[in-house]
Amino acid sequence: MSPRALCAAALAVVMLTATATAMDPAADALDARLKRLESELRCLVCQNQTLADSNADLAADLRREVRALATSGKSDDEIRAYLVARYGDFVLYDPPLKRTTWLLWLGPFGLLCGGAAVWWIVLRRRSREQVATKASDEASAARARALLETEDDLPV
Amino acid sequence: MKSWRWTIPLAIFVVLLAFLWTGLGRDPSVVPSPLIGKPAPAFRLAQLHKPEASLQPDDLKGKVWLLNVWASWCVSCREEHPLLLQLAKSDLLPIYGLDYKDKTEQALGWLRQNGDPYTASIIDADGRVGIDYGVYGVPETFLIDKAGIIRYKQIGPLTVEALKSKIIPLARELQK
Repeated sequence: MSPRALCAAALAVVMLTATATAMDPAADALDARLKRLESELRCLVCQNQTLADSNADLAADLRREVRALATSGKSDDEIRAYLVARYGDFVLYDPPLKRTTWLLWLGPFGLLCGGAAVWWIVLRRRSREQVATKASDEASAARARALLETEDDLPV
Repeated sequence: MKSWRWTIPLAIFVVLLAFLWTGLGRDPSVVPSPLIGKPAPAFRLAQLHKPEASLQPDDLKGKVWLLNVWASWCVSCREEHPLLLQLAKSDLLPIYGLDYKDKTEQALGWLRQNGDPYTASIIDADGRVGIDYGVYGVPETFLIDKAGIIRYKQIGPLTVEALKSKIIPLARELQK
């Protein structure tokens, strides 16, 4: 076979296998589901990476485990529960609201409320001060007017 | 009002400092295990030295025992190994080894070279039992009580401090 024919044959094989793998919608759906699920799960070895992104050995094992659970018909929630039972809430990038995570979830709102309260107090105080300065402004204007009116009487 | 106002930023600062200070002292790679207080997950694995014999946690009911997850490829396992040998010699409690994702030949060689503190080691070649135990960083050590409940987990190599302040007193207490 000439090199050109060899190339063409190789290309045909590649294209055929590519279309064959792309044509299985069930497998694609599973892959997409696993991809989405794995990007919500933390790799425990490299903690700032998701299970989907990590190259760690353990991440590969856990991906294998997640895939096995998914193909055996387990729901996403069941798979999450499986991992949480072993590694704790830490595996979830989206930790559930419970007693130990109250501060985590409600803390920002607490800080927001605190900030709003401080802001409100400052605004109220400032408006009160403005009223006070306005009053004192009027008083000094009256005094200035009085001074101006009596200017002629000043001993020069 | 004016006289105590300066304490507000000070109080905020102190609270912040307390948070940061505790944050500094904590190791982010140590994730608290949800398995503490729960039954040790079941397994049935072949023993390293006697592949025809198996071992399961139920065989050890009535004993307080340590399950030490190790591997011949694990660098920090060398670090804790002298402590395990010492602990084994003291006869305080049996130590069982979970040989995690290892090759049998290399594991046996490693124990010949470094000494074998384990009453028995079991082979977890594909790491599935490791996953059931929430293992993510070898070495890890579990203290399991007479009823088969996990009482303590050490993540990373054992230290003299961890043994003295936690594992040994807790093991003695559980043996009563």
